[in-house]
Amino acid sequence: MLSGIPLFPEQASTLAPKVDNLYFFVTAVTAFFALLVVVLVTIFAIKYRDRTGEKVGSPIHGSIPLEIGWTIIPFFVAMVIFAWSTIVFFHIVRAPDQALEIYSTGKRWMWRFQHLEGQSEINELHVPLGLPVKVVFTSEDVLHSLYIPAFRVKADAIPGRYSSIWFTPTKAGEHHLFCAEYCGTKHSGMIGKVVVMEPNDYQAWLSGGDLSMSARGEQLFQQLGCVSCHLNNGSGRGPSLAGKYGTQETLANGTTVAVDDRYIRESILTPQMKLVVGYQPLMPTFQGLVNEEGVMSLIEYIKSLPSTGRPAATTQAGAAVQGAAPALAPADGGPR
Amino acid sequence: MTTTVLRRVNYLNVKYGVASWLLTKDHKRIGILYLIVVAIAFLLGGIFAAAVRIELTTPQGDFVSADTYNALFTMHGVAMVFFVLIPAVPAILGNFAMPLMIGAKDVAFPKINLLSWYVFVIGFVFTLAAMVLGGVDTGWTFYTPYSSVYSSSHVLLTGIGVFIAGFSSILTGLNFAVTIHRMRAPGMTWFRLPLFVWALYATALVQILGTPVIAITILMLAVERGLGFGIFDPRLGGDPVLFQHLFWFYSHPAVYIMILPPMGVISEVIACFSRKSVFGYSFVAFSSLAIAVFGFLVWAHHLFVAGISPYSAMIFSFLSFAVAIPSAVKTFNWTATLYRGAIWWRAPILWVFGFLGLFLIGGLTGLFLASLGLDVHLHDTYFVVAHFHYIMVGGAIMGFFAGLHYWWPKMTGKMFSNSMATLAALLVFVGFNLTFFPQFILGYLGMPRRYHVYSPEFQVLNVLSSAGASILGVGYTLVACYLLHSLWKGEAAGANPWRATGLEWKTESPPIPENFAETPIVNEGAYEYSKREVKVA
Ligand code: HEC
Ligand SMILES: [Cu+2]
Ligand SMILES: [Cu+2]
Repeated sequence: MLSGIPLFPEQASTLAPKVDNLYFFVTAVTAFFALLVVVLVTIFAIKYRDRTGEKVGSPIHGSIPLEIGWTIIPFFVAMVIFAWSTIVFFHIVRAPDQALEIYSTGKRWMWRFQHLEGQSEINELHVPLGLPVKVVFTSEDVLHSLYIPAFRVKADAIPGRYSSIWFTPTKAGEHHLFCAEYCGTKHSGMIGKVVVMEPNDYQAWLSGGDLSMSARGEQLFQQLGCVSCHLNNGSGRGPSLAGKYGTQETLANGTTVAVDDRYIRESILTPQMKLVVGYQPLMPTFQGLVNEEGVMSLIEYIKSLPSTGRPAATTQAGAAVQGAAPALAPADGGPR
Repeated sequence: MTTTVLRRVNYLNVKYGVASWLLTKDHKRIGILYLIVVAIAFLLGGIFAAAVRIELTTPQGDFVSADTYNALFTMHGVAMVFFVLIPAVPAILGNFAMPLMIGAKDVAFPKINLLSWYVFVIGFVFTLAAMVLGGVDTGWTFYTPYSSVYSSSHVLLTGIGVFIAGFSSILTGLNFAVTIHRMRAPGMTWFRLPLFVWALYATALVQILGTPVIAITILMLAVERGLGFGIFDPRLGGDPVLFQHLFWFYSHPAVYIMILPPMGVISEVIACFSRKSVFGYSFVAFSSLAIAVFGFLVWAHHLFVAGISPYSAMIFSFLSFAVAIPSAVKTFNWTATLYRGAIWWRAPILWVFGFLGLFLIGGLTGLFLASLGLDVHLHDTYFVVAHFHYIMVGGAIMGFFAGLHYWWPKMTGKMFSNSMATLAALLVFVGFNLTFFPQFILGYLGMPRRYHVYSPEFQVLNVLSSAGASILGVGYTLVACYLLHSLWKGEAAGANPWRATGLEWKTESPPIPENFAETPIVNEGAYEYSKREVKVA
């Protein structure tokens, strides 16, 4: 820590070297142009110095070829950087399909992480080495931004929306996790660490947890009475949700929407906004009755429902005896 | 021209007394009035910055509380952006010099010009009131829903101050645009205009078209905060990211309100002190317009990680690269202007050299942030802080000082100490780099901005930065000292101490109230140094 001045951050994900190579390239290009101008200005300033202030300069007014040259060449160079950086960017924003999902909510001033298997943690994020991980998150209050410098990833946490980052850790150990979007008094205290573990250790760590997310979602589905309207055989007052996830839904106004995290979240919190064709606007809003984490658990549960037959999550429902407290914990529930 | 007669009437001594200043319609006096208010804002903003740098010398939050720290960096930003950078060059130097440079007696609407100053002062007073009552802690960007719902600081009062000050900027822009269209002296064609005037014209367009948007945005913020209407707060059905779009739709172009006029100053000073015409005059002139237009199309580069679609991010990235080109063109033209000049090393051009070095770094590091793949990592870190300080302080403030030194003898009729000014330029240049260069490294290391407490490995670089800031402080104080000193002890400047072309140098220093004894007639381009031996008036 005290050994001199750090100049360069640790590379701890597969993305990091990609970002860094681009960084070195842009640094080299810009350093070249900066040096070019600085050297020329210095040479001219010294060579053509006139101590008297009496002389006049040469009658040069300009040169069209030069103007064209120094418009086109920088433009071309800029386009190379643009192309390269856009490729890297699409790599950063597109998570691989098989990525392990972890849900998170940011709120003033902590990050809460919820693993699908049930473990949840605050300001610490345990992830397996060498496996792609996708963190899906939102905010319960103001804007935040989930930033892991060693992985070179960041995205804003926006209330009312889901954002995500993904990474494949390449270095075991602990890395900084920061809130990068100003969020008030303890903005700089909204930090934590990412703990990268060997996959086996990660599994062991996970099994220390309680109910899986979808099992918790199933509990909520019952407690909140969703089940009374949404029967799996489609005979209820609301549509069957089995196998819905990932399909297209036709709405009362004739448009179609993809049934994804965002749509389900809207259906739960603002059900009247998008009505399913053929159904009455009966569904009550659950705003205030279920917190962000509860919504995420419900989404996980709905995702897990196969197109026919019993929901998959029931297999784990044995653990449900422990009660529903975790998922229904009030928004400001402390570390568990 | 005749030689200066002692005790001639000029704009400063034509009338005395506070009322003669507060009721003046003379653009030169109004320029001075702005100088006074902006200097106060600069001092305040500087004090806030100093407190921030003191806090950051240690990783712990030991100098001020977290809330105070948040208020300090916010008020630093608000004071510097809205009350220093935006008005500095157009309202001070533009007001003073532009009508002289085009051979006019005054601006087109002298009363509106005075009105803009009053509007500006009223805006400043509101903002000051907010500061005195405990400040505002949202960051100068006022992001919702923090600003509209959560912050318990004086957001509304500050917002009103910024809202009002915006109208002063609009009025100045209108006044200048009309003045440049209608008030040019006979023979002063568009392509004989000094490039500073071109820059002010381009700036006026941005001021007129952009500033109303921030006014509307602040109004919406106030309606949500004060009346609970859901516009930006998602719990009321609003969209927090909409605020960012609106805010940056003004605030990115506002960067050009801050930098275009200093760019114009640079052209004037480089031409004068290398005794040459500005290389590629029309390219420099049109690049100002290109920047003003393109500047409106890049706002979402502030939102690359705020959940916008990756495809729109791609388009905004492309446009941000495109807007860099006209600035590059200007820089190359300035460099080429020096080639085979007769460069007279006086204080103003030394500030220009400083500007070139810093603006270059500021502009080039902008390319890092325009690059999508890098911005994800760099966004909201100290890299961004360093980048925009290189542009706004290294560029805009250095340019302002170049202009202030250049026109000071004209404004006051007095010469300042050239050796002191040289020393100050050097101190500011060195201090600036020491303050902000380490912040690029901090940013790439991952230190987020607006952090009161930070991780210990960032300390060394932060200490360097704070050390640099103290040198910078000494440099600025020195400028204030020798400029004020020159008012009492400075030698008489004479009409044209720099032996410059340009109409403003053809009248006396300080100019007579009506600027020119008789309307000047122009029959050549702006920088015809090589055509004739420049005569000392
Ligand atoms: C009073 C009956 C009722 C209850 C209780 C209810 N819903 Fe609904 N739900 C409906 C109806 C009716 C619709 C279709 C009309 C609409 O889109 O609002 C619907 C639609 C939905 C949809 C969109 C389905 C599609 O096919 O697109 C989802 C998802 C959903 N509900 C989830 C839930 C969840 C989760 C709960 C419990 C937290 C719940 N609902 C509770 C009646 C209900
Ligand atoms: Cu935060
Ligand atoms: Cu911008």
